[in-house]
Amino acid sequence: MIVRILGEGQWDVSDDHLDALNVLDAAVEKAVEETDRETFSQSLDALLSAVRSAGSPLPDASLEDSDLILPPSDATLEEVREMLEDEGLIPG
Amino acid sequence: MSLMKRISLIFRAKADKALDRAEDPRETLDYSYKRQLELLTKVRRGVADVATSRKRVELQAAQLQQQSDKLTQQAQKALSMGREDLAREALTRKSALTGQMSDLKAQQAQLQGEEEKLTLASQRLQAKVESFRTQKETIKAQYTAAEAQTRINEAFSGISEEMGDVGMAVQRAEDKTAQMQARAGAIDELIASGALDDASSLNRGDDISRELEAMSSQSDVESELAALKAGSAGSAGGSPQALEHSDSTPPAVEAAPLGETFEEPRKEEGQA
Repeated sequence: MIVRILGEGQWDVSDDHLDALNVLDAAVEKAVEETDRETFSQSLDALLSAVRSAGSPLPDASLEDSDLILPPSDATLEEVREMLEDEGLIPG
Repeated sequence: MSLMKRISLIFRAKADKALDRAEDPRETLDYSYKRQLELLTKVRRGVADVATSRKRVELQAAQLQQQSDKLTQQAQKALSMGREDLAREALTRKSALTGQMSDLKAQQAQLQGEEEKLTLASQRLQAKVESFRTQKETIKAQYTAAEAQTRINEAFSGISEEMGDVGMAVQRAEDKTAQMQARAGAIDELIASGALDDASSLNRGDDISRELEAMSSQSDVESELAALKAGSAGSAGGSPQALEHSDSTPPAVEAAPLGETFEEPRKEEGQA
């Protein structure tokens, strides 16, 4: 599957890693819900690092769309929350 | 639903909405390509804007560093003249600058990071726009409007997502830069107001400089006077007080204006 980290690019990650990524993803989601800043930045770091190490980067010229999209590494908790709302950060 | 899935669905919905579909899907290709080029221009301008802000912050940091060095020298000079109070004042001002300097260094690092990120984003987008252009030409040459649709969708989805990503990156960089520019403006005002005593205003000088200069010209007078006294004492023998009893003061002839040299002893009291 293709995973995009916003502001960084796309990685091709084999499906074997999906379960592990889902665990890390759930931690980020929970931290956003509970407005737990410290856990948020730690778990987001962990999730993004896992994608970077498990996946191989797609070439710049590839035009594939992603199965999963992750927030940028320097995103704040509020930004992620806003991203999940319809009129959020994502332009369009 | 997972966070990653939610973000990607929202992203895709926005990208689809952004896609203006023309009657002939092949026209949509050209329109989208035009928008891609516009975004490419925008991201490049973003890189230039962030670089300008970074340079401004660097210039300010250099100005504050210069001022801080000057205060250190003033403190040393003040101490050597036995003015601990002035030295303390100079060091107090210096410590206020240190906080601002570390803030500027953090800003500089952040702007540098934004600049690098946007530069990479512009390179990625450029590569994707180029590959979109190739696909676009192939599709237009080989397929009828009806056949083209599937191919077009494939080409679009990847580029739309990239455009959304880059658009967001530019927006975030602009927001961060705007915040820092407001702070940079405040520091510029501080420097302009003389509160930090811009080191370039050498002629005016600040209060510490003026006091040190006054002290050093005073001490120059004293040391020259002492030298004169020592010189005349050498010819007349004994202590500097011997001057008062001496009529012949050869070294003083060069230092004092003519006419005043051989006047009454009260003149010498006035100088001492």
